Amino acid sequence: MADVNLTVDGKKVTVPAGTLLIEACRAAGIEVPAFCYYPGLSLCGACRMCMVRIEKMPKLQTACTTPVAEGMTVHTETPEIAQARKATVELLLGNHPLDCPVCDAGGECELQDMTFKYGAPTSQYVEIKQHREEQQWSPVVYFDRPRCIMCYRCVRVCGEGMDVWALGVQNRGAGSVIAPNRQDHLDCEECGMCIDICPVGALTSDTYRYKTRPWEMNHVATVCTHCGDGCKTTLGVRRADDGMEIVRGDNRDKSGINEDFLCIKGRYAFDFANHPDRLTKPLIRQADRSFATATWEQALELAAKKLKEVRDTKGPDAIGVIGSNRTTNEENYLLQKFARTVLGTNNIDHHRTADYVSFVRALAGKADRAASLRDAGTAPAILLLGNDPTEQHPALAWALRTNVRLNKAKLFLVNTSDIKLRRQAKAFLHIPEGGYADAVRFLGSNDADFHGIEGAADFRDALRAEPKLLILFGSEFRGHDIDALVSFGLSLPDARFACLADYANSRGAADMGLLPDLLPGYRPVAAPGPFAEEYPNLPQKPGKDLIEMFDAAERGELGALYVVGANPVERYNVDPASLKNTFVIVQEMFLTETAQIADVVLPAANLYEKGGSVTNSYGDLQLVKKAGDRAGVRSDLELIVRIADRMGAKPQQLVPFGRGLRADTGQSRGAQSGEADRHSIWLASRQIEPKVSPFDPYAVLDEIARLVPGYDVERMNLLAGNDVRTKLVSIEPAASTTRRDLVLPAQDALFTSGTLGRYSAKLAEVHESHRKSPAETAAD
Amino acid sequence: MSPEMNSVPNTIFSPELAARFDKLVTLYPARRSALIPMLLYAQDEVGAVNDAVIAEIAQRIGITELDVRNVISYYSLLHTKPHGKFHVQVCTNISCMLRGGNEMLAHCKEKLGIGNKETTPDGIFSLEEVECIGACCWAPAVQVNYDFHDNLTTEKMDAVFENYRQKAGKS
Amino acid sequence: MPELVSHPEEVKVISRRWGQGAADIDKYIELGGYAALRKCIEQGPEWVINEMKTSGLRGRGGAGFPTGMKWSFVPKQSEKPKYVLVNGDESEPGTCKDHLIFLHDPHSVIEGTMIAGLAIGAKVGFIYLRGEYRYLIEIMERALAQCYERGILGKNIFGTGFDFDALSHTGAGAYEVGEESALMESLEGKRGVPRIKPPFPAVVGLYGGPTVINNAETIASVPFIIEMGGAAYAKLGTERNGGTRLFGISGKVNRPGVYELPMGYNLKKMIYEVAGGIPNGKALKAVVPGGASCPILRADEIDVGMDFDQMGKAGTMLGSAGVVVLDETVSIVEFALRTIKFYQHESCGWCIPCREGTDWLKKTMTRFYEGYGTTKDIDNMRYLAENMLGRTFCPLGDAAAMPMIGFFKKFRDEFEEYIRANPSAPESQALVELVGA
Ligand SMILES: Cc1cc2nc3c(=O)[nH]c(=O)nc-3n(C[C@H](O)[C@H](O)[C@H](O)COP(=O)(O)O)c2cc1C
Ligand code: SF4
Ligand code: FES
Repeated sequence: MADVNLTVDGKKVTVPAGTLLIEACRAAGIEVPAFCYYPGLSLCGACRMCMVRIEKMPKLQTACTTPVAEGMTVHTETPEIAQARKATVELLLGNHPLDCPVCDAGGECELQDMTFKYGAPTSQYVEIKQHREEQQWSPVVYFDRPRCIMCYRCVRVCGEGMDVWALGVQNRGAGSVIAPNRQDHLDCEECGMCIDICPVGALTSDTYRYKTRPWEMNHVATVCTHCGDGCKTTLGVRRADDGMEIVRGDNRDKSGINEDFLCIKGRYAFDFANHPDRLTKPLIRQADRSFATATWEQALELAAKKLKEVRDTKGPDAIGVIGSNRTTNEENYLLQKFARTVLGTNNIDHHRTADYVSFVRALAGKADRAASLRDAGTAPAILLLGNDPTEQHPALAWALRTNVRLNKAKLFLVNTSDIKLRRQAKAFLHIPEGGYADAVRFLGSNDADFHGIEGAADFRDALRAEPKLLILFGSEFRGHDIDALVSFGLSLPDARFACLADYANSRGAADMGLLPDLLPGYRPVAAPGPFAEEYPNLPQKPGKDLIEMFDAAERGELGALYVVGANPVERYNVDPASLKNTFVIVQEMFLTETAQIADVVLPAANLYEKGGSVTNSYGDLQLVKKAGDRAGVRSDLELIVRIADRMGAKPQQLVPFGRGLRADTGQSRGAQSGEADRHSIWLASRQIEPKVSPFDPYAVLDEIARLVPGYDVERMNLLAGNDVRTKLVSIEPAASTTRRDLVLPAQDALFTSGTLGRYSAKLAEVHESHRKSPAETAAD
Repeated sequence: MSPEMNSVPNTIFSPELAARFDKLVTLYPARRSALIPMLLYAQDEVGAVNDAVIAEIAQRIGITELDVRNVISYYSLLHTKPHGKFHVQVCTNISCMLRGGNEMLAHCKEKLGIGNKETTPDGIFSLEEVECIGACCWAPAVQVNYDFHDNLTTEKMDAVFENYRQKAGKS
Repeated sequence: MPELVSHPEEVKVISRRWGQGAADIDKYIELGGYAALRKCIEQGPEWVINEMKTSGLRGRGGAGFPTGMKWSFVPKQSEKPKYVLVNGDESEPGTCKDHLIFLHDPHSVIEGTMIAGLAIGAKVGFIYLRGEYRYLIEIMERALAQCYERGILGKNIFGTGFDFDALSHTGAGAYEVGEESALMESLEGKRGVPRIKPPFPAVVGLYGGPTVINNAETIASVPFIIEMGGAAYAKLGTERNGGTRLFGISGKVNRPGVYELPMGYNLKKMIYEVAGGIPNGKALKAVVPGGASCPILRADEIDVGMDFDQMGKAGTMLGSAGVVVLDETVSIVEFALRTIKFYQHESCGWCIPCREGTDWLKKTMTRFYEGYGTTKDIDNMRYLAENMLGRTFCPLGDAAAMPMIGFFKKFRDEFEEYIRANPSAPESQALVELVGA
């Protein structure tokens, strides 16, 4: 669209035609106050705070509803305008409780800010205020009606943004009130977007309300540990007796890949970190099979000794290593490097929730066709096969809805069930159970008929006409089905692809080579390329996969099993008795089913308690930052290095620290909590200069950037807290494709999150309350 | 929900009203336009827009119950709790006030023995002070259900009450 | 049945058929009905719009916008269907004229709607009546059904190829729904919250299509204008204020009622001659000239012609032409309280200044009326009202603020006197300290 020139407070501004005046002012660096206006949501013009003077217009105009016009001259801060805003604030305060000292929003309240800027220092109002008791609307949402200023943000974000429509406006005039869909409670997706978007303290969350003051927290923007979308979440942390306690999760830093969005898990399900069952002391199995707490020295010594013993007596093939979907890339990388170079085995695997191996192979040489999550918000057309993003990828669902709503993107769905996103879909191909392979074959064929489904051919024709199609698919697709889908997509001019997986770092686990046959970057162990040199003594034969490891244990051939941040016993229904002859070392937060059968349990930090990077389903790489801190736990990175060290390996060989200049961001030093700097003590005791540490994830990241194709990303951007693209698929397709299908979808829904979810009291509570009353919503 | 599939097999309305609603939704360019008339006609038959009415109408239109409630609570003629058989609405707005509207309200309160927005124990009458009902030139005016009574005096009002009481007795 | 009045000064144009049973289509046709429609179909849309412009008809809903011009704003070509929407929400206190039109001459509304449709290229018209007017809706429904029976509505009307459908629609009690954009929301089955303007209804209206919205009296005038010709109609009134108007006179007069008088008719004459003066030999105190939203005129300000422009010059508005007469016995304080109570009750609540402003004014006025007012309250209330003016989302805020400002401006002494004279007035020093003297 053509550009329009206007003058705002004497500044010349040029913006595209159709821009709203309030946005044009913002573009010129002039903030026009607004309560009801919220970018991306429908316009209200209700709060009247954004009134400005436009020359040649008789009255003050609302900047939020006025599109710019050529030659417009605008004044945004005249005495007349200040008086109008002051009057509006006075009117609001007339009925607003002045309970700022205890209000959750105190210090972060837009009404407070406006009162400070424009408000009257004295009040004319002596009438009795309308009082209403606070109401609890859901396990997480509270509503304090008198504080509500009726900006309708919550109603719109819930309806337009979430497509849940659980909030409404009832009554009229001064009696107007925001109302939940079940009269006295909410039946919704519990995303908490309404709380986030509320400019005042009318909507508050159960997890945070009356807990602390905003200025008493540190705000750490990091990446959510739950699903594969990798939303940025800002954790509010506060000193506690045993470290730094996370007291709030929200999305006040809207710079993330999730933009405005955050779901229930990113917002509330940080509480597992504070769970009373959290392990904080190493445990060692006693002769009577019971656990006893031990010192770190004892536990690490025992673990290292056993691993060394099995390696040296039974051979490296008698050791298995299982990594995690929730640890950092650096930890995953290090774990496989440890397995391959210190233990000397390729027996390494993880719980796979998507077939990235096939995906990467299918896209070989076409790294530029791999899509980012951000593409879901901008692509003109999207084909989604399988999956239910509303439940499994809430941020993706948000991006798709927003894209359809604001950009009129076309959404095409292929699914066996009638998923909620169907309401946004332009076309929906409802296929029979198990019909994905057929569906893809149909898309690539010229068949007239597909299971007699009406409109199937039109659906295919419409897709073929899309010049820029984004193709997303779920874990329903594996192996050859992925090949077929990708080859269909590559027949279109500029299709892009993403393969959806379930956990915060499922993609990173695969990319970093937690696979028995593939090295980091999906390099076959038989053709290791640069790793041949980097990894001395790298075994060339593919190792055992996860199932094979347990089979070997059953046969009594697995001397030791090292499990980092995973719960295979529960996931794969492993009979604990089958491991009776295996020495099991588990790094965990909780005494999971797997930890319960361990011989040594090492209490580990979680993703909110350390630094590093993670890769979401789409290959977007982001930094995680240390927010919480729990006395007694150690990061998995540290534990791996220390076990290796005790086994006699050289830490410098494992972690290339001390080479070149590198910032030590302090995560491994507990800089935030002011705790004893145990790492510098450790370093000092070994006469190593405590400037850079073997526990520094950035040192590992350096090596990843160097050796993993596609991970050589823009470092500055990454360090600045932005998401950057990895481009990993430049390797040749692997020759052997006889692997069996090991994908086991997590089957998490909106209110579950694998083992972790069980330790989130809030998530469990919400899950329970929704099992009682299943959600039901309808479109407007 | 697709707008076509809203046939209601177990309607709570009379066959006539159900048929009327089936037709009503087809008369407008958008189905939802039938909402407010439907609510009012349903209220006339059922006595209030109660939960059952809300549920069925939400289904007929294809919107959420919340949406229906949002609308109901906006309009002053719609009520979720039943009124008396005869709902006496006394206008006290300016034109009526100038010709004795307030006195008429006081008289009705006394005569019926109830206050504003209350119902007589026998359920025959309920009383409400209302805003202008469009009978300003024939003030003071009172509406009983949908019937207008103009140019009232307290005596005439008593006769009006008597009339309704008899009607109530008959049915 | 509301009483019909008449007076020799009246010029009966739209009230011509009242009291003659014209709600029945045969009677209506016998009295010349549906001839205007035939003529318009023959002459075509351009001609109709020209006649309307010539007639000088200005909207009878309140704002007085020239009707011919409004119709001409509708784009000729439109992807979406166009509509005519008749505003029969009639809820402005002091106004009951549309009531009589619907009762005595519903076909004039139908015929006017069809002519408007023809002029703008709409095929569908909606006649929205306030929910309280149930018996009038039933009359309207019968009239519409008769039209369909006679082929006057539906397809190929009079064999001319002109198609038109019309539908009556009930509201459910809300003054704000009379505002044109809120009216569209309501017709679409939503809460009566107004829409952001622009776009104006003539461009984007009902169901997204271009829509002409006119008051019922405006629409009912149309066939008569066509019948007598725009120029002749214009001559009945004053400059830029064509025709006659239905004045509803209520309150303290001897013969309240709805009178059809030429535009520009003198207000004083209207009260003393047409409506028979003030009962019981009392003196006139003030007049609200055009429905509750119009600023009040003092007794010494009523020698003025009742048209849009002259009323504007007098510092008030013609509004809906509901003339409410107050004699010396009326307390302005009580009147002001009743007025603001109305707006507080009817504010849709969407925007802050209107929602909070009307509520605050009502609360303070209530306290004041109960005898606990201070002089500072009068200043505060005026400040409040002045800060609502021109700042609200729709004109309801202005409609509440304007009369209130008028009361405080013109009758300040009476408010002050009220504080002194009221027996329960506070000696309470505490209150004075809280509010200010
Ligand atoms: C708060 C408010 C209430 C209104 N109520 C009515 C009404 O009841 N009837 C009406 O015809 N116009 C009413 N109007 C005016 C309408 O918005 C609109 O101007 C009118 O229907 C246009 O028709 P006209 O041009 O024929 O006057 C109201 C306006 C406002 C701001
Ligand atoms: S609850 Fe908050 S977001 Fe919702 S309308 Fe009130 S102030 Fe706005
Ligand atoms: S931001 Fe413009 S009116 Fe609220």
